[in-house]
Amino acid sequence: MMNNLTVEASELTRLYGGREAVSNVSFDLKQGEVLGFLGPNGAGKSTTMKMLTGNLAPSAGSVKICGIDMIENPKEAKALIGYLPEMRPLYKEFTVDEYLTIAARLHRVSGKHIKKAVEIAKERCGLTHMSKRLIENLSNGYQQRVGIAQAIIHNPMVVILDEPTVGLDPNQIRPIRELIKEIGKEHSVILSTHILPEVELMCNHVQIIDKGKLVFNGGIDVLKRQRIGNKLLIGLRNLPMVDELLKIKGIIEAEVAENNMMRIRFAEGEAPHEAIVQAAVKNKWGLYQIAPDQTSLEDVFTQLTHQDAAAEVVAESPQ
Amino acid sequence: MIFNILRKELKSMFASPMGWVILSLLMLAFGMNFLNGIDSYFAVMQGAMRPAERIGVTQFVGEKLFSFAAFLALFAVPLLSMRLIAEERRNLTLPFLFSAPVSITDIVLGKFLGLVIFLSVLVIYIAIMLFALSPWAEIDIGYILANSFGLLLLIASFSAAGLYFSSMTQQPVVAAILTFIVLFALSFLNLVLPGDPSGILPSLSIMHRFQSFTGGLIDTGDIAYFVLLIITFLTLTIRRLDADRLRG
Repeated sequence: MMNNLTVEASELTRLYGGREAVSNVSFDLKQGEVLGFLGPNGAGKSTTMKMLTGNLAPSAGSVKICGIDMIENPKEAKALIGYLPEMRPLYKEFTVDEYLTIAARLHRVSGKHIKKAVEIAKERCGLTHMSKRLIENLSNGYQQRVGIAQAIIHNPMVVILDEPTVGLDPNQIRPIRELIKEIGKEHSVILSTHILPEVELMCNHVQIIDKGKLVFNGGIDVLKRQRIGNKLLIGLRNLPMVDELLKIKGIIEAEVAENNMMRIRFAEGEAPHEAIVQAAVKNKWGLYQIAPDQTSLEDVFTQLTHQDAAAEVVAESPQ
Repeated sequence: MIFNILRKELKSMFASPMGWVILSLLMLAFGMNFLNGIDSYFAVMQGAMRPAERIGVTQFVGEKLFSFAAFLALFAVPLLSMRLIAEERRNLTLPFLFSAPVSITDIVLGKFLGLVIFLSVLVIYIAIMLFALSPWAEIDIGYILANSFGLLLLIASFSAAGLYFSSMTQQPVVAAILTFIVLFALSFLNLVLPGDPSGILPSLSIMHRFQSFTGGLIDTGDIAYFVLLIITFLTLTIRRLDADRLRG
């Protein structure tokens, strides 16, 4: 394929009764990339994913999977995709083995290889000891793993996962993350989430979608910088006046937060950490904590949606 | 691909007790009807002295049995067809099929054929019961085959209608009720609106069309009627599912 592009979405638009649920979303995905889809509820993440997988016809625009048009050749394009929707599509009256066999058959895994494909998918998702259990009787986390297993059973070029780690406990999330990264090495993965650290751990590309519009499209580093930024959170037993902090070189903003904490913003390129500690010792402020102030997704989100810089980032990104 | 969907449907029908229960109850009912038919055959034929009054055992037992089967299908098919799509809709499993490399036509045909094959077990069962008379009597094989074929067409058209109503709603029970009402109306159109026998409405009735089969007659007009009915409902189902993708 040309340039190993696995997904090409161009000017995707979806109208629901005149309202644009997704408007003019364009992006490309190369082989070996993991793309994270971020956005608040109702932003259009799931709608976009439905259009990418052919579950929903776009009102305008087109989707190409490995160069094959989803609207013109849906069967061929769908054969290259593995999809886990937000609500796992599990037939609960079947056992894990039965269900995965059906999934393999439907995704054109040849008869000889079905058994092997099922074994591999189970092994990758940690389901081997659940083979004969009815899906109905599995816990939430295991059901989610079955959902992921059916999406990767035919070794698809593009794996699309809508909120893949919902309902998993931290111990279960880790192997799933590893799995997603592993798939991302050979193929492409698109996943949606509203948990920001998740994106940082798994993805190398990020897109933020808001009210159906793509507001950010770029590498994970850009987002990391946005998130960690030039902020510190310091805990002091004896809170000093804000003015005293502002005297330290590099600090341009300080505000008192709850629990004897202060939020500090420093200028780009400065590193006032040491100076703060020294000042704290000298003035007996009772320093007990100093850490980078990680902004929540909502904050990054508002930053990105309200800054002009965000527009530039979108402009820079390859169309 | 149609075959894979069909396999999945059959598997899920046999995975739930519902399928087994309905199959066994129907078989019980057919078996009783068959035995009653044979009993009354002896009673009636002993009284019938003139040759003109005598009819063969196949037709005597078969006519009742096949009519009874057609009548019971009116209740049984909606119960079996109701889950086909409505339950997938309710459990949100349709994306599993939609995102697989199968067309909507494949999905609909697979589900339809799955149900028809499941129900054809009953048709075969009835045919076997009648053939089982052969050591003791001369059987009219053509009569049994014509009736079985008619019953199969009837069941297939009921299934197609059931599939369509199942695609319209999320509630299997609603689908069953709708299917039953429509099938009931279509079946007994000739009784509700009698008019003159050459009228159009009575000739659109399913049971009216089925009657010629119960007489042992295979009429291309009747076959065309059932095939058209099936195609109509299947096309409507495909369109309904396609609307899901288009309208969301």
